[in-house]
Amino acid sequence: MSHPEVGERLASIKHVVLVLSGKGGVGKSSCTVQLALSLASQGRKVGVLDIDLCGPSIPRMLGLDGQQIHQATAGWKRLACMSIGFLLPDKNASVVWRGPKKNAMIKQFLTDVYWGDLDYLLIDTPPGTSDEHLAVVEYLQEWSPDGAVIITTPQAVALTDVKKEINFCHKVGLPVLGLIENMSGFVCPHCSECTNVFSTGGGEGLAGHMEIPFLGRAPIDPNLVMLLERPSKRLLSIVETYERCELSKIFKGICERLDEAL
Amino acid sequence: MSELNGQIPDNANEHCPGPDSEQAGKAEGICATQARGPDPDIPIVTERLQGIKHKILVLSGKGGVGKSTFTAQLGFALATDEDTDVGVVDIDICGPSIPRIMGCKDEEIHGAADGWTPVYVQDNLAVMSIGFMLPSEEEPVIWRGPKKNGLIKQFLKDVEWGSLDYLLFDTPPGTSDEHLSVVVTTPQEVSLQDVRKEIDFCRKARVPVLGVVENMSGFVCPGCHGESKIFYPTTGGAKAMCEELGIPLLGSIPLDPRIGKACDFGTSFTDTVPDSPATKAYLDIISKIKSLVN
Ligand SMILES: Nc1ncnc2c1ncn2[C@@H]1O[C@H](COP(=O)(O)OP(=O)(O)OP(=O)(O)O)[C@@H](O)[C@H]1O
Ligand SMILES: Nc1ncnc2c1ncn2[C@@H]1O[C@H](COP(=O)(O)OP(=O)(O)OP(=O)(O)O)[C@@H](O)[C@H]1O
Ligand SMILES: [Mg+2]
Ligand SMILES: [Mg+2]
Ligand SMILES: [Zn+2]
Repeated sequence: MSHPEVGERLASIKHVVLVLSGKGGVGKSSCTVQLALSLASQGRKVGVLDIDLCGPSIPRMLGLDGQQIHQATAGWKRLACMSIGFLLPDKNASVVWRGPKKNAMIKQFLTDVYWGDLDYLLIDTPPGTSDEHLAVVEYLQEWSPDGAVIITTPQAVALTDVKKEINFCHKVGLPVLGLIENMSGFVCPHCSECTNVFSTGGGEGLAGHMEIPFLGRAPIDPNLVMLLERPSKRLLSIVETYERCELSKIFKGICERLDEAL
Repeated sequence: MSELNGQIPDNANEHCPGPDSEQAGKAEGICATQARGPDPDIPIVTERLQGIKHKILVLSGKGGVGKSTFTAQLGFALATDEDTDVGVVDIDICGPSIPRIMGCKDEEIHGAADGWTPVYVQDNLAVMSIGFMLPSEEEPVIWRGPKKNGLIKQFLKDVEWGSLDYLLFDTPPGTSDEHLSVVVTTPQEVSLQDVRKEIDFCRKARVPVLGVVENMSGFVCPGCHGESKIFYPTTGGAKAMCEELGIPLLGSIPLDPRIGKACDFGTSFTDTVPDSPATKAYLDIISKIKSLVN
C-alpha cells in the first residue's frame, strides 16, 4: 500500500524527526518540546505532532490545554502543534482505541494537517513499539523521514528497553540520528552537590556500544517541570521563557549535533 | 498494513508459547469476539486464577512513574511473611522490567503438562514475565494490538500458579482489565492528567480502585538533607486529585537513588535499605493495602 497523500502534505517540510524511547516517562515529550523551543529560538520553523493517543502531553507542556490555536508565527519564528489532545472532548475521559482506529487517526494527522513551510516536524510518540509506531513508520515510508532521536534515562532498567527501540529502528529501516541521556544527575539547590538520582552515564555508554551518535546529557532541572507545567498561554512566549532555563544551553548543543546528523 | 507486516520479525515467536499455539491463530478475532459478546476464554482464565485470594493490578496511565518498581517492592515485602504466598505477573510486552528488578532475568520458564511453571525467586514468591518468553532481551517485539491481547490472555490461561494469597499484575501504560487496582502516579500535572483517565477507565470497566500511590514525591539531598520538590505538585499532587475523585491516597514515596540501584541489581529495597524514609513509606502503604483487601 502506498500513501501519496502523506507525501503531498509533507512536501513543504524539510526534516521529519521522530522522538522515540522503549521506556515510559523518560522525557520523550519534554525533550520533543525542548528541541522545538530550541530550534524555534534559533529562527527555525518548527512543527510538533503528538501521536500519543492514550496520553497526549504536548498540549499541556506547550500551554495549549483547552485551546484551539495551534500555530503561532512572529517574524521568522514559527511554532505549530497538533495533538490528539485537541480533539478529545473531555480531557479526563479515557479513550480506548483499538489498532485500526489508531491507524486511521494517525494517517489523518499526517494527511489532513496543513503545516505549511517547516524546517522541522518533530513527532512525539508513546513508549515502546506498538501500533502507533508501526503506523507512523508505514505511512512515512515512501516519504522517508530523516530518522529518530532516542531518549533514555541512565539506569539499566531503561537501557534494556531503549536497546530494543534502537533495534526496532534498524529493523524498520529508520535511521537513528542520535541518543539523548535525560534526567542525568540533579544539582541540589541547597548545597550545589550533584546527586545521580537515576544514576548517570548509561546513555552515553549505550550510544557507544550501539554505535550511534550521542547528542548530549540533560540533568534533572525542577525549573523545567515548572515551565512545562505552567507555561504562559502565549505559545511563542514559552520560547523566551525557555531561553532563560539552564537546560536551554544544553539543548542548543544537542540541536547543533542533530543538525550535523541530518 | 500489508507492507509492514512482512517486517515483523518472525523470531519473536520462536520460544514464545503465545503465537505458536492454536490460541494465537485466533488472536485477530479477539476484538470481534469482544464486540459480539462475552469472551469464551474468560471462564478458563477465571478457573486458572481460582486458587488466588487477592488479585491486585498496579496501573498508571503514565509511563515511567514507577509501576514496576512498586509492584516488585510490594511483592518482596509481602513475601517477607513466610506464610504468605505471592505471585507477580509482568504483562508489559514491549518493556518487561520485572525479571531484572526482581533479580531473575536470566531464568527460563518450563512448560509442564498442566501449563507453564513460574520462576520462584523465593519459596513463596513466584514471578512470571513475558520477558521470559522472548528470544532475546535486545530484540524488539513489534506486534499489533490484537496479537498482544492474544499473548496476554494466553499467559493468564496457561500459567500454573497453584494457590496464592496475592497475585500482583504489573501492567504497561494505558491498558488494564479485571480486579482490584492500585494506581501509581508522580506529583506533577503532566502525570496526573493521564492518571485521571486511567481512573476513569477503571470506573467504566468496574475495576475497584484501592487507592493511589504518589511516587517520586520530593527528594532529600544525601549531602545536606535539604528537600527539593523535583516533580513539583503544581496542581496539588495526588492528594488533591484523590480528594477530588473521592479515592484514598495510600501514601507518598520520596525519590531515593538507592531505589534505582536496588532495581538495577534485582534486590528488595526495603530489606537492603531499612533506614530510608522511602522504606517507611513503602511499608505503610503495604500495610494499608493489606488491611483494605482483608
Ligand atoms: N531533565 C528533566 N528535568 C526535570 N524534569 C524532567 C526532565 N525531563 C523530563 N522531566 C519531567 O518528567 C516527567 C516525564 O517526562 P515526559 O512526560 O516528557 O516523559 P515521556 O517519555 O514523554 O513519558 P510517556 O512515556 O508517558 O509519554 C514530566 O513531568 C517532565 O516534566
Ligand atoms: N521512589 C523512587 N526513587 C528513585 N527512583 C525511582 C523511584 N521509583 C522508581 N524509580 C526509578 O524510576 C525508573 C522508572 O520506574 P519503573 O520502571 O518502575 O516505572 P514504570 O512505571 O514501570 O515504567 P514503564 O511505564 O516504562 O513500565 C526506574 O529506573 C526506577 O528504578
Ligand atoms: Mg510522552
Ligand atoms: Mg514498567
Ligand atoms: Zn544538598
